[in-house]
Amino acid sequence: MATISREEVAHLARLARLAVTDDELDTFAGQLDVILQAVAQVGEVAAVDVPPTSHSVPLTNVFRDDVVVPGLTRDEALSGAPDAEDNRFRVPRILDEEA
Amino acid sequence: MTDVTKLTAAELGRKLAAKELSAVEVATAHLDRIDAVEGKVHAFLHVDRDGALKAAKDVDDARAKGETTGPLAGVPIAVKDVITTKGVPTTAGSKILEGWRPPYDATIMTRMREAGLVMLGKTNMDEFAMGSSTEYSAYGPTYNPWDTTRIPGGSGGGSAAAVAAYEAPLAIGTDTGGSIRQPAAVTGTVGAKPTYGGTSRYGLVAFSSSLDTPGPCARTVEDAALLHAIIGGHDPRDSTSIPQPVPDVVAAARLGATGDLSGVRLGLVKEFAGDGAEPGVAAAYRESVDALVKLGAEVVEVSCPSFKFALPAYYLIAPSECSSNLARFDGVRFGLRSGDDGKHSLEEVMQLTREEGFGAEVKRRIILGTYALSAGYYDAYYGQAQKVRTLISRDFAQAFEKADVLVAPTTPFVAFPLGSRTSDPYQMYLADLYTIPSNLYGGPAISVPAGLSEGLPVGLQIMAPTMADDRMYRVAAALESALPPLTPPAL
Repeated sequence: MATISREEVAHLARLARLAVTDDELDTFAGQLDVILQAVAQVGEVAAVDVPPTSHSVPLTNVFRDDVVVPGLTRDEALSGAPDAEDNRFRVPRILDEEA
Repeated sequence: MTDVTKLTAAELGRKLAAKELSAVEVATAHLDRIDAVEGKVHAFLHVDRDGALKAAKDVDDARAKGETTGPLAGVPIAVKDVITTKGVPTTAGSKILEGWRPPYDATIMTRMREAGLVMLGKTNMDEFAMGSSTEYSAYGPTYNPWDTTRIPGGSGGGSAAAVAAYEAPLAIGTDTGGSIRQPAAVTGTVGAKPTYGGTSRYGLVAFSSSLDTPGPCARTVEDAALLHAIIGGHDPRDSTSIPQPVPDVVAAARLGATGDLSGVRLGLVKEFAGDGAEPGVAAAYRESVDALVKLGAEVVEVSCPSFKFALPAYYLIAPSECSSNLARFDGVRFGLRSGDDGKHSLEEVMQLTREEGFGAEVKRRIILGTYALSAGYYDAYYGQAQKVRTLISRDFAQAFEKADVLVAPTTPFVAFPLGSRTSDPYQMYLADLYTIPSNLYGGPAISVPAGLSEGLPVGLQIMAPTMADDRMYRVAAALESALPPLTPPAL
């Protein structure tokens, strides 16, 4: 079975916010097809009644005492930002002018 | 005169405690070694000479004042660049984090600093720890000290090469599918993946959160155990951290070094007994099992039929988790931002940033994970892979009823030539064939030198049950005591 088309790769890249180039699409489509055909082997395992494991440590609802500890200061939190303004992260305009 | 860089961490610790050496002398010797060989090895992405010398002086000052110091106080260490280090550049091998200086230390960094370990710098790695050769680093590959035309393994090739090239006696790695053990195997060093949850992930730049495990790299089993004991243990900042003390791995390593394995049941995994391994690797594996038997170990064959599905399951689970984890690299809070020229929308800026900042392997895995998690494919891929994970854990549980530890080769092939597998990603993935089952199960595993094949190192992998890390250290140290030490050719 053919696993993945160039168009599907382009769609997935958009979903994942990757502005991939045409060259990359050509390369990735072929490579991902090989990888998907190999990993599709998991489908050969009869596992209807097997519960899934998402995690090897069966911990749920881990609690700790509600103790105040120092966190990052505002300057520290902003220290790695590509752009900051008025003590905030600056990003390009999200809404249109008229909004 | 003794070459300080050839000493083990344990020996350095003793000489430092006895004031035969100062921490500044030890740090200087290693920094000079780095200066001398980095042009050939490229193990480091950043060398923190000033920070190392200051930390070393602090240890010397504390000792001069008579303060109590631990067994590794003043011993240098190299740290994989996926661990956050306060104020020291941390890139995870990616352009998207170029120049980022984290505002906080990872928990394991805090513990190492408190123990007086002296950080020399940050080591090279495949971008975001995705790879088996360090060729997927955005900053160029690391070269294997045994043969600089060959790969040092990955993703932690920088840490393993730094240790093998005597640039550092110890290093930190992280192991998601074999990134500590496979580099150890191909560089003739020791690398341990602790029990998942036995070492904190706080401050580890996440790749696959249900698998990522920090651990030690060293030239001897005892050194790895000493470092494991310092970084291990419960951390309330990691909600998957196991709230139990780490077993006494140092005592286990010292017990193993006596060379007595009587009463230890060694499980040979039938499905991994050389299948898919190069002849030289299979031969070294059989010889190391014979050596363990001579030390008194009893051999039982175990069957783990689901292990053959571990590699496909891993290459669904890990990319799925990475596609989610790497969503945080959006050009807003840290790292690179591209296309912010007033003409592009926020979404376009995110797309351009990620396109420019991520390398090809990272993009492939993000796309693969996005596919495996998408509606219509989820049950067949990610859901099914999670069921396989259950079956693999059951295989381990059954095998550990008959055996105390399981053994297998660490990796199917010795260090391969640079560039020989980069054009075919799935050929690269096969390097992890034998290491992945322990990641999916969560139990600890160690790679220890098991001789040479055609002049290149081979590793034996010893796998143990969850929170029985001590068992693998005992067997590893016993093998180490029985085999001649491996010394790489002079660089």
